[in-house]
Amino acid sequence: MTEPVLQARGLTKRYGHVVAMDDCHFDLHPGEILAVIGDNGAGKSTLIKALTGAVIPDSGSISVNGVQVQFRSPLDARRAGIETVYQELGVAPALDITQNLYLGREQRRKGLLGTVFRKLDKPGMRHGSARQMADLGIRVQSIRQKVETLSGGQRQAVAVARVAAWATSVVIMDEPTAALGVRETNQVLGLIERVRENGLPVVLISHNMPNVFQVADRIHIHRLGRRIALVEPGRTTMEEVVAVMTGAKTPESLQLDGGPA
Amino acid sequence: MTSAPPRDVDAVLLEQEEDRGGPVRTLLGSQIAGPLAALVLAIVIFALTTSTFLNADNLSLIATQSVVVGTLALGQTLIILTAGIDLSNGAIMVLAAVVIGKLATDGNPLLALAAGTAVCLVLGGLNGVLISRFSLPPFIVTLGMLSVLSAVARLYTDSQSYPIDSDLLTVLNRGPTIGGVTITYGVFLWIVLTAVLGYALTQTAWGTHVYAVGDNRAAAALTGIKVKRVLLSVYLTAAVVYAFAAWQALGRTPTADPSGYSTANLDSITAVVIGGTSLFGGRGGVVGTFIGALIVTVLANGLTQAGIDSLYQQVATGVLVVVAVAVDHFVRTRQTR
Repeated sequence: MTEPVLQARGLTKRYGHVVAMDDCHFDLHPGEILAVIGDNGAGKSTLIKALTGAVIPDSGSISVNGVQVQFRSPLDARRAGIETVYQELGVAPALDITQNLYLGREQRRKGLLGTVFRKLDKPGMRHGSARQMADLGIRVQSIRQKVETLSGGQRQAVAVARVAAWATSVVIMDEPTAALGVRETNQVLGLIERVRENGLPVVLISHNMPNVFQVADRIHIHRLGRRIALVEPGRTTMEEVVAVMTGAKTPESLQLDGGPA
Repeated sequence: MTSAPPRDVDAVLLEQEEDRGGPVRTLLGSQIAGPLAALVLAIVIFALTTSTFLNADNLSLIATQSVVVGTLALGQTLIILTAGIDLSNGAIMVLAAVVIGKLATDGNPLLALAAGTAVCLVLGGLNGVLISRFSLPPFIVTLGMLSVLSAVARLYTDSQSYPIDSDLLTVLNRGPTIGGVTITYGVFLWIVLTAVLGYALTQTAWGTHVYAVGDNRAAAALTGIKVKRVLLSVYLTAAVVYAFAAWQALGRTPTADPSGYSTANLDSITAVVIGGTSLFGGRGGVVGTFIGALIVTVLANGLTQAGIDSLYQQVATGVLVVVAVAVDHFVRTRQTR
């Protein structure tokens, strides 16, 4: 078996008497789309926050490409090559596509113009964003377009392109299609598959079962603060997955896959 | 998003460049097109209806009359771009001016100027810390600051004015005479400040971050931008601009008057809004504000030349502000649907 890109063992997090993570395991393999599903309050977001450095677990370990890490802040996770697309559209609408792709990571001109006058390398960044958009097959009129002139799906595509451009090991997407219509959702799902084809594994947090079954290679089912099952969409049904997720069925009734649950 | 065969990135970019058209189309599509058209229209109307408006001396006077509020408005623009507002900028400027005036009466004018700049930095920094570190609303923080500083300026001076006779402190109201028309150094300073801030806003990462923080603060924070640091830097930069405004004010009327410029804060907001900067942040710029400040002065000057009661100047300015805000609202709601 290949080494997981992102792995967690025995993560625990308590808030007073509430156990948000209870001896939770997590595995993401190279080149896969792993869906993470769970009912509201199952503790998905605590797990994702632990993996992105926004929450520091009480105990347990996380490793990236086999190297153990300790994230103290989201910046640590970003330095380890983990980038996240958030549910709320994480773009600045009054800025153009290029500015959004490079936001917080702007490139300066070479030489005195860059070092003394801090001048941005606009042509270089435009070139880079045109290439990134082309690599992901995102079509827009111009990369000089302000993001507010784009449709909701295109805006989320810009957010995904941004994250895929900077992530070096993992892309995490937290409900990326929650605010979108059917057609736009399909555009974003296609984009997620292209990110995988370009070599980055994706963690997809979603409530939408058809979406999950459409794109995921494996499904991590989260319940009561831990992973209770890890299944392949081809070997189970949506009804069974939902039943396990809500506690109507035990995970033993499912075809399990890979590693301890 | 239509499917088409993938093309070379350079070819796509080149095509997009050609798509943009010439400089005229770029200007028409830019944010300053509206304010610029309004300014030109006002100048044309006053030139046709009055005989005294369009002569070099009057135009020079308009520029000179614009510099104090126009300079304050440059700092105000930075703050409004972050979705903030500064009601205390006039009061900060006046306090700095009286500090400079009082210290210069029996001291070194250069040191007095430095002390005035320090006053601006401390007060602007205090605004910035309260707004960035403690997340207090800019409107309330600067309203409180306005109230406190107006009183402090009078307490500090015993409500007296200080005459200014130092060459250094009044230099901005002098300037070279070109073809019989004097253009003051203050006007040049205003233009240079506009250019420098315009460069910083459009050509540096800092500028992009200022727009991003005003446009979508949460998204800016998620990309790793240090939002609080950007906010503080904006209030400090604006404070430096206010110090220049204080220097401009000492030249315009060579007295440091603790009760002067009592509406300069609102006048600066007027110039910013007429110049096309959105009060909701993230949109606009200093060149628009420069034009906005000129529009306000041109209206006042032109209506005076036309012999119209000065109260109508206030009516005209007020109408323009509402029109500018309405245009901004229309632009934002149309584009975000």
